[in-house]
Amino acid sequence: MSKQLSKTHIWRFPVTIGLLCMVGLLAALIADGMWDALSWVTLAMPVLICLYFTFYHKSTG
Amino acid sequence: MTTKTIKAWYLVHKWTSLICTIFILLLCVTGLFLIFYHEIDTALGYRVDPPRVPETNQRANLDTIVEAARARRPRDKVQFVVADPDEPNLWFVRLGKKADGPDLTAFYTYDARTGQFLSEYPLNQGIMNFLFKLHVDMFAGLKGTLFLGFMGLLLVTSIISGALLYGPFMRRIEFGTVRRDRSRRTKWLDIHNLLGIVTLIWLLVVGATGVVNTLAIPIFGHWQSTQLAEMIAPYQGRPPLTAEISIEKALTAAKAIDPKLTLSFMAFPGNDFAGPHHFVAFMHGNTPLTSKLLKPVLIDARTNQVVKTLDLPWYVTVLLISQPLHFGDYGGLPLKILWALLDILAIVLIGSGLYLWLKKHNVSFEAWMGLLQNGEQAEDSMPLAQSTTSHHQELT
Repeated sequence: MSKQLSKTHIWRFPVTIGLLCMVGLLAALIADGMWDALSWVTLAMPVLICLYFTFYHKSTG
Repeated sequence: MTTKTIKAWYLVHKWTSLICTIFILLLCVTGLFLIFYHEIDTALGYRVDPPRVPETNQRANLDTIVEAARARRPRDKVQFVVADPDEPNLWFVRLGKKADGPDLTAFYTYDARTGQFLSEYPLNQGIMNFLFKLHVDMFAGLKGTLFLGFMGLLLVTSIISGALLYGPFMRRIEFGTVRRDRSRRTKWLDIHNLLGIVTLIWLLVVGATGVVNTLAIPIFGHWQSTQLAEMIAPYQGRPPLTAEISIEKALTAAKAIDPKLTLSFMAFPGNDFAGPHHFVAFMHGNTPLTSKLLKPVLIDARTNQVVKTLDLPWYVTVLLISQPLHFGDYGGLPLKILWALLDILAIVLIGSGLYLWLKKHNVSFEAWMGLLQNGEQAEDSMPLAQSTTSHHQELT
């Protein structure tokens, strides 16, 4: 069996992505212009991450 | 978490998901098209852009427009005059058989500069109307809407329980691992975990705001029977309005309150949003956030004097904020496209969950745990014995 990962290790990416999504969901709501663009960039992250890991990333098991 | 706790959450995740899956899939698929409701309507010719005319500050008298709308359907009542913040040169007039009630009979578009009649929205027909009905109430009225709201609550529970399972199940595999070289089931389990945790916040927000939106009718009903009823109570027993009423004057009075406010929609006397003796101008602010919020201005329809400006209670504000967060219509076309892509990911997430259940409903929880945790040896046929080593120990 491979070694057990720490909680920090397991959650660092999910928490970062979650925070980015929250920023994205709120940014376009509170202001326009650059803030809309911030929403587009941050909410594109989960889409790109899903595509990357599903199709391209070589897993090490 | 102990194995017992994990198993409990596993069962919560499984059953909440199973019950709501088919309905949530329906909502995701119909919702995918509804994100582009406005664009599709325009493409189908259901709504028109205001004609290009030389730019002047000319504004048509709203009373003339309302008169023209009445003349088109003399037996009907005007319920609302509606504005679209994205189309300041258009007015929409909504008529119904009665001044109140949801049974509208016509929705006309007028040019706000010239007062010219532009188009009539084709009500209750077309593919978008069909998808909208499926999404909102499955053709079953308020009961259907509340039922879908309950399915949304199950979805939210399923998402939260799924997130709680993510930690213990990822103890031995790196973030984003998709074991493509293993069985189809293992691969799809990894994809399910990945999509689930990555789309977590978006899906949670869209799910929860969807649940709030299903309560729109009860929420406005409550507001009408409390705050609005209280405001119009002193007018009870007055003789019904007989003289001509003027929306133009009512709107001028409402705008005079605060020049930063713009009309979102005006409820006509007799409508549930106004009561028998008043206009209520639902105004919105001019910043991105305040443009989503409403400030009702109560206007005496006889004198055209402002009676009071109301602050909507918190539960109406929650509903108003929930709408853009559910529709994804507050950040231009790129945000709508992202909403659609995330929606497609949600469909894959839900589909993969269903696939995993169909493939493994005869496999025990213990085998399931082993498959998830044992990154190196996991296979479909993993014997129970291999996972029992961790069965009673504290897992995280």
